[in-house]
Amino acid sequence: MAAVIAGSGAAAAKLLQRPVHSLARCSRQQYLRLRAQHARATVRSFTSGRRALEKKYTEDHEWIDILSPESASIGISTYAAKALGDVVYVELPTVDTEVNKGDAIGAVESVKSASDIMTPVGGTIIEVNSVLEDKPGTINKSPEGDGWLAKIKVTDTAELQGLMDAEAYRAFTEEVEDK
Amino acid sequence: MSSSRTVVKLARSLERTARPQAPTRQKRCLTTTTSSRPRLQTKPQANPPIPKPHTTPRPSTHQPSRHQSTLPPSATAQPPPFPTPQNPGKTALHPLHLSHHATLVPFASFSMPVSYPSLSHPASHAWTRSKASLFDVGHMVQYHISGPGAEGFLERVTPMGIRELGEGEGGLGVLLRDGEGGLVDDCLITRLEGGGVEEGKLFYLVANAGCREKDYTFLCEEVEKWVGTGGAEVHVRHLQDGGEAYGLLALQGPLAGEILEEALAKECRVDVKTWYFGRAKHITLALGSGESLPIVASRGGYTGEDGFELSVHPSQTLAVAEALLDGAGEDRLRLAGLGARDSLRLEAGMCLYGHDLDESTTPVEASLSWIIPKRRRTLEGSEGRFNGAEAIIPQLTPKSKGGAGVSKRRVGLIVQGAPAREGAEVVDEAGGAVGTVTSGCPSPTLGKNIAMAYVKDGLHKIGTELQVLVRGKKRKAVVTKMPFVPSRYWKGGATPG
Repeated sequence: MAAVIAGSGAAAAKLLQRPVHSLARCSRQQYLRLRAQHARATVRSFTSGRRALEKKYTEDHEWIDILSPESASIGISTYAAKALGDVVYVELPTVDTEVNKGDAIGAVESVKSASDIMTPVGGTIIEVNSVLEDKPGTINKSPEGDGWLAKIKVTDTAELQGLMDAEAYRAFTEEVEDK
Repeated sequence: MSSSRTVVKLARSLERTARPQAPTRQKRCLTTTTSSRPRLQTKPQANPPIPKPHTTPRPSTHQPSRHQSTLPPSATAQPPPFPTPQNPGKTALHPLHLSHHATLVPFASFSMPVSYPSLSHPASHAWTRSKASLFDVGHMVQYHISGPGAEGFLERVTPMGIRELGEGEGGLGVLLRDGEGGLVDDCLITRLEGGGVEEGKLFYLVANAGCREKDYTFLCEEVEKWVGTGGAEVHVRHLQDGGEAYGLLALQGPLAGEILEEALAKECRVDVKTWYFGRAKHITLALGSGESLPIVASRGGYTGEDGFELSVHPSQTLAVAEALLDGAGEDRLRLAGLGARDSLRLEAGMCLYGHDLDESTTPVEASLSWIIPKRRRTLEGSEGRFNGAEAIIPQLTPKSKGGAGVSKRRVGLIVQGAPAREGAEVVDEAGGAVGTVTSGCPSPTLGKNIAMAYVKDGLHKIGTELQVLVRGKKRKAVVTKMPFVPSRYWKGGATPG
């Protein structure tokens, strides 16, 4: 598929071939140095820095922002948004819906195809990004930022354990490309 | 959310995006090997058969074979080896796709561009409707059918009015399986001008890439049957030279006419303005090298816009594409891929074989009865019968009038809320199953969700309100007249609205 994506993936992997230290064990100086390294290593298409450490990814290319389990944002990854092409329609879940891990909570569609979005964790939907109803293209402009789909109140944070961090996800997408 | 339907995970969907579905391959028929093997030939296009020029054309250095007043004697040869998923085919434009960084995907065992980075799918779609796009459709299969028996043979395997086609006239057709009259493929059949000793009996047929092997087997078998039951000689030739198939380019969009006109060689006297939709002509193009190239071009296409399909010798297809792109400039003409091609054809209400048409469907069920002229709608008399006529003709009369009627019909739908996609179930007010969607997408031009579906006979009238199940929820739908977007075929003069 896309030579473009393969290029950016390979570049990102190379630049980030250094261990990511846990923030808890860093001195402030080390932390700032790491921030700078991450910033330099940033490839256009991937988020970086502290925010990246808060995001977890699924094998289905969803991300969840685990910074606050009371209100965790869910969306699709930059990799997925690029592969999907222009998003023309988004179906969002209903607020207050209770969902289990793996339930379909909506869909993201291009002209060519429709994809269900599965929630990476169980919980209650507390907010949806209604901007996407009129401006589905927001997902392409900012898939891991303004293009968030829904916010969920996580029931069991243990469910987050099996998810990939940014680096593992990057490696995963490269594997997918190599197939 | 409870749902017993199949959930389309994003990962799977991305895989599918990379692999647009080609029509399902039918099980390969056995080819008969008898001493009277049909004359399926693979000669270089003895083309163009001498056109009737208004002035004598200058000899072209790019003539693949010389002008001939008689077609060469038949020689049995095989078409090039059929491509397979493990060994995909490449069209002559493959280097161009690579240099333009196209996203290439497997389609009908060919490596084809689905899109190019310069334009997103919706942008390429819109570009085609406002300017012009160039599509590589060289994966499609081109045949010549000639000989004293050509007309009769074609009237056997299709229900079309082949006899009525004037020189240079063509139209949509279907190949029919004898017995139940199921659709083997849809195709375009044109009676070419000229033809030498085969004056008026040279036909050009374009069929779907996904049916390549099936159609070849079908034509072999049908020729054998035809000849075996006393039919006059007919030659079926796959258009190729040196083991490479002829190229096919589709130039589509409101600017197509002016772009082609500018690309004509000085000595070409064809008047583009009076070249109407459905007509094929021998024209001469000016290549970048300064040389001229005679080709066959038909006015029409698969987008609903004005446009042309150009049949080009394999060694020259790239040069023609480059001449068009360079001559028009990127402000007027851009390359477009199969992604845009699919959304454009759906807006134009055109079927895609393998999705909207298949062997289990007759032309009547497919709402293609208009292909059958009145003359041929009878089982009696001296009219040559077409395959499956005994099953199809009674279907033309509804049950209420004593005929067999049909149980399902192809319709257009506009669906509210979410786009309906292939496979979505159509239900009535009560929720009972009444049909299935065969193609669907959000229409970039209309901003509405359009679809083709087969629904129970009786529910097919324009305005009928139905529902479509998308992700487990019922969405309101209404039967809508196709094309969804008004067609702009060239009928001369001011552009129709």
